[in-house]
Amino acid sequence: MKKLRAQYEEYKRKGLTPEQDAMMRRELDIAEKKGGIVELQHSMADPARPICLYGYNDQQMLMDNVPERPVLATSVHSLEYLLEKDSQREKDGFPRKIRVGKMVKPGRDGDDKVVVVPTTVEEKLIHDRIVPQDEEEGEGQGDGGSGEGEEGEVIGEQPVRQEKGSEGTGAGQGDAGSHEIESNAYDLGKVLTEQFKLPNLRDKGKKRSLTRYTYDLTDKNRGFGQVLDKKATLRRIIQTNIGLGRIQGNSTVDTKDLLMSPKDRVYRILSKEKDYESQAVVFFVRDYSGSMSGKPTELVVNQHVLIYSWLIYQYEKQVETRFILHDTEAKEVEDFNTYYNSKVAGGTQVSAAYKLVNKIVEEENLAKDYNIYIFHGTDGDDWDTRGDEAIPQLKQMLNYASRIGVTIAENGYGISGRSEVETYLRKSGLLEEWRNNLRLDVLSKDATETRLIDGIKKLIS
Amino acid sequence: MELISQHAKRIMEGCKERARDAGLSFQDESLEYIVTNRDLVELGPKNMIPTLYDYWVQDVEVLREQGRYELYPNNPYETVINTRPPISFYNDNNPDWLNVMIFYHVIGHIDFFQNNIYFRHTWDYDFASKAISDKRLIAMLRSEKGRWVDYIIEFSRALDNLVGYFEMLGGFNRGDNRDLTLLDYYFDVFLQREQKKSITGYVKEIERYNSFIRENHEQGESLFLETVKSKFTELETLYKKYRDDTAHRARMDILQFLIENSSFLKKEENRWMITVIEVIRTTSLYFQPQIRTKILNEGWASYWHEELFLRDDRIRGHEVEFAIVNAKVTSMPRVGLNPYALGMRLLYYLEDKANKGKMGLDYFRTLDSHQRRNYDTEAMKGREYIFHIRENYSDTMFVNSFIDQDFVDLHKLFVAGKRLNKERMTWQYYVKSREATEYRKMVADQLYHPPSMKIHVDDSGTLILNHLFEGKPLVRDFVDGTLMGLEFLWGKPVCLYTSEPVVIRSEEVPGAKEEKPPQQYTWKRFRYTMHDRRLTRELVE
Repeated sequence: MKKLRAQYEEYKRKGLTPEQDAMMRRELDIAEKKGGIVELQHSMADPARPICLYGYNDQQMLMDNVPERPVLATSVHSLEYLLEKDSQREKDGFPRKIRVGKMVKPGRDGDDKVVVVPTTVEEKLIHDRIVPQDEEEGEGQGDGGSGEGEEGEVIGEQPVRQEKGSEGTGAGQGDAGSHEIESNAYDLGKVLTEQFKLPNLRDKGKKRSLTRYTYDLTDKNRGFGQVLDKKATLRRIIQTNIGLGRIQGNSTVDTKDLLMSPKDRVYRILSKEKDYESQAVVFFVRDYSGSMSGKPTELVVNQHVLIYSWLIYQYEKQVETRFILHDTEAKEVEDFNTYYNSKVAGGTQVSAAYKLVNKIVEEENLAKDYNIYIFHGTDGDDWDTRGDEAIPQLKQMLNYASRIGVTIAENGYGISGRSEVETYLRKSGLLEEWRNNLRLDVLSKDATETRLIDGIKKLIS
Repeated sequence: MELISQHAKRIMEGCKERARDAGLSFQDESLEYIVTNRDLVELGPKNMIPTLYDYWVQDVEVLREQGRYELYPNNPYETVINTRPPISFYNDNNPDWLNVMIFYHVIGHIDFFQNNIYFRHTWDYDFASKAISDKRLIAMLRSEKGRWVDYIIEFSRALDNLVGYFEMLGGFNRGDNRDLTLLDYYFDVFLQREQKKSITGYVKEIERYNSFIRENHEQGESLFLETVKSKFTELETLYKKYRDDTAHRARMDILQFLIENSSFLKKEENRWMITVIEVIRTTSLYFQPQIRTKILNEGWASYWHEELFLRDDRIRGHEVEFAIVNAKVTSMPRVGLNPYALGMRLLYYLEDKANKGKMGLDYFRTLDSHQRRNYDTEAMKGREYIFHIRENYSDTMFVNSFIDQDFVDLHKLFVAGKRLNKERMTWQYYVKSREATEYRKMVADQLYHPPSMKIHVDDSGTLILNHLFEGKPLVRDFVDGTLMGLEFLWGKPVCLYTSEPVVIRSEEVPGAKEEKPPQQYTWKRFRYTMHDRRLTRELVE
């Protein structure tokens, strides 16, 4: 500082104009006071620059001279934030309002896409349609129409069973689609586990057989390979040269003098990766008979979506899922969409579904290698009213299953708590005998999302 | 979001001139913005008002809509909002001819907004500006009160469909805004309801009044009233009581009632809630006419874009492209209801009728179908007539007054039914009815109609809502949430009386599970009580 002062004095002696003097003094003051400088640095205005491709304002040029603006999207809160606020509601004594996991069905045949979205309803006092119970018979409210046709004439039909339309879509496309639902479901599972505090699964020991492989650029190889790993290569070169004495402790290194052996080149190389076989297989079994239409189906399927998502998250996607639909007969369907969307109006025979599960497990010898979970959703109707056929099948299932969760979503036709399935399950004593493996959850017709999640806790805890 | 290009704007100014020449009337200024589909997704939950207050339900809806958009990408054509100046939104990259068509449609809407009397209360101010000041107000409150602001918004919005829209509109058209005078009360209420006079007695009393006026033009009325007062000494007290009752209770909607009477909201620390409730209430009032004029408004705009587009000389050569787009917008679906199409057809139909003079008594007395069909007085009053409809009608009136058998036959309309065919496992759609009455009923049933509630407070301070029975139940799932909010705002228990259908169980025949007879039901009155956030339901009859 003194040096500066001295310099200034010298300049002054040599003669300065008042402007020069003022300028120098100002700088000197700042230098002596120190702190001031920081403030100064920031008060500088941006230099006015012409808009050019290489300037900091290239974006502006590319955007046709419109300066960037924050988009509206930034004001929209993320799902996590909204759910956090939603859980605050509970603490304040109000019920939660956001429902997650409502899947929007596409209705297009073939390459179905599904996304997970939050929904909420604003409850208001509004008029309802009269007697919605009639819905099943199809004589709902009339709709408008125009064109030819006598009164009473049928003008078109639509199949009830929403079979998967064309199977002709390419394999690649189908894969992408199913991946999408999986990644969405994974997110949802994460949300469920974290936000709704669903329990974690117990660790089921070591991972099993190592029969599947994937290939990835993860291994390193010296000398040859697919992609040069520059950082690792440089490290090797330095090592080699230290070994040769070409790099000394403190001296500067002239890179031109370094030697490089062919072995120094490190590459990433395509390698075989072990992939663990899935640990768990989950059977989703759903009654899709006539009495299920409407609310019960929605409840069961929503609950299964949530369970599915949660399991995918828990097993880090190493879950195999099987989907089984049944009325009086049972059939296996390929994917969740079909499972979700199918409906039919037939009778109900629970045992058919259980039989099919047993058959699949036996034929594919699943019991040996897998944790098996079975979730069954029904409205509780069963034509086999005393469970004469269902109970033995159920017993057989209990021998190998880690957990069987039965959800009864009441359809409101019968008396609450007295459906056939519930009655014979309770009567059989299996619920007590196999307390750890068999769970029952009975939902009333107007159950909410929160209730569903509570149900899941009950089924899997 | 950015303003439309000068080129497009110039085209639109041309459209405005042509529309004015055709008789539409609207203000000179208008704002047009180019928006992306993403903008539209985000504006949707805010009812397209960019400045509307923020609320988390809108965020949820945006997230949901984004998901939906992923599955079903679509390009909405236009949206216009009723502000001053009116603002409309357009997709980027529309060709000029399409912009012309869309803009004519928009002009139709603007004309409707600014002339239909159901929008009377939105004429005097710019809603976008009001909305932004509300938005700032709510943002400020939120910074002080945090999430409680959102609860109050939620609870007020739960009731905002019950706002007294028609009560407020009624106030507008009372030019003199006159209170009920003692004289009015005497003739209109007292004689008819309290005294239950016969018609002759009533007419005699009017004649007595008239003779007083004849004798003494200045003082006649007060002299007459003196005689009445001495005859019925209780008249003045009854009059006062009646006025208090009607002015306060009956005229107030539930949100106003809470603001005026809730002891909870009157507490010093809760007074800010009143501001929020008022914002929700006025916002809801602003949106009320839009839901109630959907068919008419869309029909009107479609009518005009078709009329004006085809006359516009600037877009020659694009008729075919126009026809395709127009058909997509205004065709009648085989099954389903398209408000654009229905409204437009009704307007054309009415214009034609009025042109041929088919509105008069003479025509109604003509019963011969051949004569009816060829009836034509060449009155040519069509345009005038539909302008009259545009000014004075809402959907309910429009549908109920004008859908007649001739209209239904003309467009081959029918009520479609849907039933299950068990052998083929299909849903079958069939022609249920071609009666105009049925069709009208079907359309009318789909119109917006919020329930009507009467408000009382009983001696213990419980707020009682009495739902006026109109043949429809309330959505039961929603009662809980709504009453919980109401209880919070009222600060004391809340009751709701409503009617619900109860199924009469027919004797079950074992084994005949598939063949259920049609369900029978009766209406029963139920009382819902919300006390300490717990809902109970009981039968009261």
